[in-house]
Amino acid sequence: MAQKTKIELKMGVATREAFGQELLELGRENKDVVVCDADLSKSTMTAYFAKEFPERFFECGIAEANMVGIGAGLASAGKIAFVSSFSCFVLNKGFEQLRVGVAYPHTNLKIVGTHSGISIGEDGPSQMSVEDISLACSLPGLIVLAPADEVCTRKLVRLAAGHAGPVFIRTGRPKVPIIYNGDQTFEIGKAVEVLEGSDVTIMANGLLVAEAVKAAELLDAEGVSARVLDLFSVKPLDREAIARAARETGAIVVAEEHLVDSGLGVRVAQAVAESCPCPMEFIGLETYAESGSPDGLLDKYGLRAANLVDAARKVISRKRA
Amino acid sequence: MTRTNNVEQLQAIARTIRRHIIEMIAEAKSGHPGGSLSAVELLVTLYFDVMRHDPAQPHWAGRDRFLLSKGHAAPVLYSIMAEAGYTPVDQLNTLRKLGSIYQGHPDRRFIPALEASTGSLGEGISLAIGMGLAAKLDGSDSRTYVMVGDGEIQEGQIWESAMFAGYHKVDNIVAIVDYNRIQLDGFVKDIMDVEPIAAKWLSFNWNVIELDGHDIPAIQKAFHDAAQTKGKPTVLIAHTIKGKGVSFMENNPKFHGVAPTAAERDAALKEIG
Repeated sequence: MAQKTKIELKMGVATREAFGQELLELGRENKDVVVCDADLSKSTMTAYFAKEFPERFFECGIAEANMVGIGAGLASAGKIAFVSSFSCFVLNKGFEQLRVGVAYPHTNLKIVGTHSGISIGEDGPSQMSVEDISLACSLPGLIVLAPADEVCTRKLVRLAAGHAGPVFIRTGRPKVPIIYNGDQTFEIGKAVEVLEGSDVTIMANGLLVAEAVKAAELLDAEGVSARVLDLFSVKPLDREAIARAARETGAIVVAEEHLVDSGLGVRVAQAVAESCPCPMEFIGLETYAESGSPDGLLDKYGLRAANLVDAARKVISRKRA
Repeated sequence: MTRTNNVEQLQAIARTIRRHIIEMIAEAKSGHPGGSLSAVELLVTLYFDVMRHDPAQPHWAGRDRFLLSKGHAAPVLYSIMAEAGYTPVDQLNTLRKLGSIYQGHPDRRFIPALEASTGSLGEGISLAIGMGLAAKLDGSDSRTYVMVGDGEIQEGQIWESAMFAGYHKVDNIVAIVDYNRIQLDGFVKDIMDVEPIAAKWLSFNWNVIELDGHDIPAIQKAFHDAAQTKGKPTVLIAHTIKGKGVSFMENNPKFHGVAPTAAERDAALKEIG
């Protein structure tokens, strides 16, 4: 499926929008699908489902811990239950409930966080989820997915609904470029090689995949062949694809819209260390950001293709040293 | 499984349960006797009289459900589930030991017939609401019961769930507050008083029934009245005695979470009869 040449990036809808649309489709197909939200349905886009299926939608008010518990109860009683809020609220305020009510008894609950990362923009750090991957990955048995575009999001929402066990999906607020054709397939625990390459591998997820694609194009102009791997499945990781990339390209950049010392990068580093150690560089957030336009924030906090290019040059130089 | 509404028979079962609680905690050398003993009549009446359930089909969709939100009282639940036929009676004395199905707090991985894994306080009513909502969607008359401790209602999530259930009229759930007035650090009124307790639940739009939590006919009537109440969830404020049935444990904060010694066990068993 990997492309040899560049990908034309056309703007698509936000991943939260794709989630809301696909959730509505699932609701139409299966009457056991139920949804809980915590007074953010117009932002998480569960409002589409709520409007068509009010009897299967439970407005929990601003009480995320209770929402996670109710979702777990619905799931325990056989429903395909989704709970949704901003990532920072459902993960942080609902964490204890996710631990004891969901992960520990392996409850079949689907958790969808929206407005992840700093690209929510103006609302600022209290609403920015930059710890969610870390928190979610710390829970045994929880599948953790971070889609890059609308195509991937729709398919992952569907995969989550069909998966027997708890799943967390991380989505974002802004519109993002479309990476995939509609016929692209996704599998939990399998990376997608978005672009072929032999000199370095850029591994990313979420909106950093589009930046990785742009970075690969810039590197190509310099004569550097960059592989791009979409690690939308943060847990479980595709350890085989990671080991292959380490072996075949000998240099890895990991890029994520998350705190850099507790997210995708450290998980990939563990997999690399255990398989085929090679130089690595990490792109992510050092600390909490601030209010601003999404584009301005991504520029200021170094989550752009240009930053990935710099990291790629650096990691390649370490390889050759 | 014995199923009876005969008060004397239920009292006899309660004595058996109390013996199990004392023996298993003494054998484990750790555990929570006080809050297990306070809940005996309430849970014996639920399991052997009130609830619709079948130990031979623990996952029967139409069953009534019980969740022990105050998970540290696991010994009373284990003893009752064993006597009801869900789990082996002869393994009760493996409580808290490596490899035992009778974990320190209820754990569904070891006993799949449990409705929830609990032990972190404050979470049970939320789970019960989810089960109640699912029953309503399915058109089932299944009811869900959840027991919380009096200290436990100091947790904020309790009031999130109380507000939800009252507002959304989740009338197929019953919360039972085991109001034994003692928590780990001492008397509830000295730690953080929960009074006026009935007024709190009333103001969250619950049907409130206060009763003596050791009076089996009163317990039977309360559960019956709860089932007749439509449009509101019901809470039973069950006034109980921590350590009930063993004089030196009654109203003694020490026995919230301390196991009886061998001598104390023998004295307790003699008293229970």
